[in-house]
Amino acid sequence: MRANSLSNLFLGLAGAALVSACVSPRGTGDLGIVIERAAGSVQVVETTTRTRLAQVSGLGDLSHASVVYSRDARYAYVFGRDGGLTKVDLLQGRIGKRIVQAGNAIGGAISQDGGLIAVSNYEPGGVKVFAADTLELLADIPAGSGDSQHRSKVVGLVDAPGEVFVFSLYDAGEIWMADMRHPRQPQIRKFPNVGKQPYDGTVTPDGRYYIAGLFGEDGLALLDLWQPEKGVRRVLEGYGRGEEPLPVFKMPHMDYWAQANDIAYVPAVGRHEVLVIDQKNWTEVGRIAMAGQPVFVVARPDGRQVWVNFAPPDNDTVQVIDTLSRTIVKTLKPGKAVLHMEFTPRGENVWISVRDENRVDVYDTGTFERVTSLPADKPSGIFFSARAQRIGQ
Amino acid sequence: MRRPRHKTGIILAALGALWSGTICADVSASRQVELMHLLAQDCGSCHGLTRKGGLGPALTAEALNGKAPIMLRDVILHGRPGTPMPPWESFMNAQEADWLVQVLIQGRTDAR
Repeated sequence: MRANSLSNLFLGLAGAALVSACVSPRGTGDLGIVIERAAGSVQVVETTTRTRLAQVSGLGDLSHASVVYSRDARYAYVFGRDGGLTKVDLLQGRIGKRIVQAGNAIGGAISQDGGLIAVSNYEPGGVKVFAADTLELLADIPAGSGDSQHRSKVVGLVDAPGEVFVFSLYDAGEIWMADMRHPRQPQIRKFPNVGKQPYDGTVTPDGRYYIAGLFGEDGLALLDLWQPEKGVRRVLEGYGRGEEPLPVFKMPHMDYWAQANDIAYVPAVGRHEVLVIDQKNWTEVGRIAMAGQPVFVVARPDGRQVWVNFAPPDNDTVQVIDTLSRTIVKTLKPGKAVLHMEFTPRGENVWISVRDENRVDVYDTGTFERVTSLPADKPSGIFFSARAQRIGQ
Repeated sequence: MRRPRHKTGIILAALGALWSGTICADVSASRQVELMHLLAQDCGSCHGLTRKGGLGPALTAEALNGKAPIMLRDVILHGRPGTPMPPWESFMNAQEADWLVQVLIQGRTDAR
């Protein structure tokens, strides 16, 4: 008996060794994260055969969660609403490290050299900077405005070339640049009076221009990071032409700057329109009437198409703009509560989270046919690892 | 795990549909389910899934302590000018807003 069970044990051990020896190493270039906002979990997915590889739970309140990637695309840093910062190991499908760094957070960024993770916080308002490997706190930047003790909520945090983070102060109406070359002594450059209630910000893919969308007035605030001494200027001022904006049931986002041939596409706040901007002189060259108020306006990586989703009550719809004709070429109805869209690295597919249907749909961007669907628990953000190599993501 | 709850939801919805035909003064069970969903998901976009706040202020029972219910109803229905809080009157009537105010004040997270 004993000899028998021992030999069984050996067989088992040998088998385990064999299994692990047979697991071939894999890359991470086709991996991604799907946020399951209500369950506080994320899925690790792969986009080549479109499957789920793992589910990782215990990430806290993931409403409005977002993700950046380590430069080797092995780790996803997940920013949760509750101030949680979780480093997820994509290959092992588990949490590598997790901290709760504030009471209420909105998003984050990774620095140019991949060494720093910055988180923008609502409560207490400011930015905290951590070492990417250990998540050790290196710098705390409270977002106080002028002499006021009142701290501002921080939005639109992005990385920029030169080991810089740029972000906006929602309450104070300011844009700040933080030079992080000496991480424990950030050098802050402040730009006041950029406009009322900047709600989000983004950087152009070349890292040159930082743009903040304004909620409290019609317009965008633009900062040329190549010539910051020239200051922030207002562009597209008064694009609403004095008309009263519609009530906004979901804030628009400026996830990634949507552009094609020097033309950029941005959501109009409180209007059923996408604004079309010529980036050579930053003037409006048109506007496209849409099915609802745009939330995300995202360009396919080649820039030929721009996909748009909408605030309630039109959040069952997705529309596709052809950037050559600047017209809508497709209207899709994926289902109730479309929250996010993410393109595969070269854009042949787009993954769409349909929250209330508990599904992630994958569409072919050439034929607009649905390729497949994956089950997910109240999915929101989708983030693919190709972001690891992009400025501002 | 989710399937039984889903069935409960259907039964609740069916019961709610029956009730709403007869008792107009109350918010039907099916409508309660919808309103709780709206509260968690759409209000949650700005106020947090757990109501601890975000771009908008916290809506926990503690945070709302001492606030007049009628004022809260007014804010839900008509919004707060100068802030991103929109008027939700196209999504619900005054009675339903009153019901949501009670849910918030009592800190309830279930539908009933």
